[in-house]
Amino acid sequence: MARSELRLTGSGGQGIILAAIILAEAAVIAEKKTAQSQAYGPEARGGMCKAEVIISDVPIGFTKVLHPTFLMALTQEALNHFSEEVAETCMILADAGLTIPVWAEKQTVTAPILKAAKERIGKTVTANIIAVGVINKLLGIADEKTMERAVLRHIPEGTEDLNLKALHVGEEMGEVLKKQRKDM
Amino acid sequence: MGKAVLMQGNEACVEGALAAGMRLFAGYPITPSTEIAENCAVRLPLAGGTFIQMEDEIAGIAAVIGASAAGIKAMTATSGPGFSLKQENIGYACLTEIPCVVVDVQRSGPSTGLPTSPSQGDVMQARWGTHGDHPAIAVSPSSVKETYELIIRCFNLSEKYRTPVIFLMDEMIAHLREAVELPDMDSLEIEDRLTPLTAEKNPFPYLVKEGEWVPRLMPLGMGQHYHITGLIHDDTGFPTNSHEEADKLCRRLLDKIQKNKEDIITYDGYLLEDAEEVVVCYGGTARAALSAVDEARMEGIKAGMFRLITIWPFPEEQIFRLADKTGRILVAEHNDGQILLEVRRSAQGKVPVDFIGKINGDVITPEELLTKIEEEHYAKCADKK
Repeated sequence: MARSELRLTGSGGQGIILAAIILAEAAVIAEKKTAQSQAYGPEARGGMCKAEVIISDVPIGFTKVLHPTFLMALTQEALNHFSEEVAETCMILADAGLTIPVWAEKQTVTAPILKAAKERIGKTVTANIIAVGVINKLLGIADEKTMERAVLRHIPEGTEDLNLKALHVGEEMGEVLKKQRKDM
Repeated sequence: MGKAVLMQGNEACVEGALAAGMRLFAGYPITPSTEIAENCAVRLPLAGGTFIQMEDEIAGIAAVIGASAAGIKAMTATSGPGFSLKQENIGYACLTEIPCVVVDVQRSGPSTGLPTSPSQGDVMQARWGTHGDHPAIAVSPSSVKETYELIIRCFNLSEKYRTPVIFLMDEMIAHLREAVELPDMDSLEIEDRLTPLTAEKNPFPYLVKEGEWVPRLMPLGMGQHYHITGLIHDDTGFPTNSHEEADKLCRRLLDKIQKNKEDIITYDGYLLEDAEEVVVCYGGTARAALSAVDEARMEGIKAGMFRLITIWPFPEEQIFRLADKTGRILVAEHNDGQILLEVRRSAQGKVPVDFIGKINGDVITPEELLTKIEEEHYAKCADKK
């Protein structure tokens, strides 16, 4: 992992920025260089939301993502918009409920993130933590224990069990996806 | 050094300020500085300090000046629109010589502009925003770690020279999260303003001691009564219309900064030794410049970077010397050419000074900078032939 540029997208309120912060936190604990930033509109809910994480083995100059190596989209609007801008080599993770645009078919993997949050965890707000688990398995940012520590640093007291469960559900899905990609 | 922690620029600003001894924050939250107020609200009470959300930005700096007059290290934070409102009181703090730190996390203007977008458009305002000939110190960080270190320096300079110090941040660094290794508190150099040795009555509270630059004023509430005014005053602290006294005070206010430039000015050079193309920049823009310089070097172009850390007073001698050594200067900043004017003035025509800037809320990318460096480099090569 020389320099990975991750772009996480969705709509405001989905916890996209928090997911990016947790991934950056895990990278710091794993003693990697990282820079995390976001772009958002003045509105607090709804609206397209984009959060970015750069993870690198060497010090980071420019702190914004220019050429994503990984893109996640949790809404159709974000998937349509951001998948158009990325290179063919960029891996795209889309929620399984979305329609994959023709141009992005080859590079996209899907996981039922929003559905799992609702049905397996019982809280739609845990979708971002499930996503963190999926991403970590796909990209190998940190080991499982490190990722648990990173999650626990950024969630409200009393929600530990819920969020760790979400993380583990995500890791499970990520593991399956990784195998599928290897077989491809 | 402790273990690295992930921290946001605005958060590091608060942690550094606390380490410097800040015990009062008064302000009115505004994007992209809001996290500074939020973090102060949480952290200050735990440190035995006070957080006040005031009715507006003017009241914010007024409360800061009041607290500081009573000996408390105090800070306010804002962005462009609020920085405009604070200007009158910044001048008041200059003339009354009351230390304070004003953080301006710049955003795209003018007016309310683009609230969430980066800019460096307040550079000249930090120098000339308040009226009259006045001293100015402004400092700008390029990383989260440096934000922590430099806000401490802002407090130190403010205490030492008894003057408001502007911490000129930008959205790029304010909202960036990076790993920071917080230093041991014992290793930090913390400066405190000098005060009188006794609380005895003093008819000349503003008299400056031989070998010192600023008066040793007693914090209010310590038993010594004196007059504080934004009018020109003599050593008694009371207003005067004397040209002689006005000259003495105004000159000293400017001299205490001008004649201590060596102490105040800091900058960072990157690959300057043999550089033929030098990018001059500051704040968040330096991160793109760093990447662009590295890429140019890989192409065999001798590029370097001169990064201003102290923006005001401007490092004119350093730029003059740089212009002697290098072939071309490229100023990069997120405005329409503010520091550019200073660089051109300081380079005195010895080398071409080119410019790349943006005022649309977008950031300058390393690619754009590299293209500009290449254009200049190859144009120069063609000239030589």
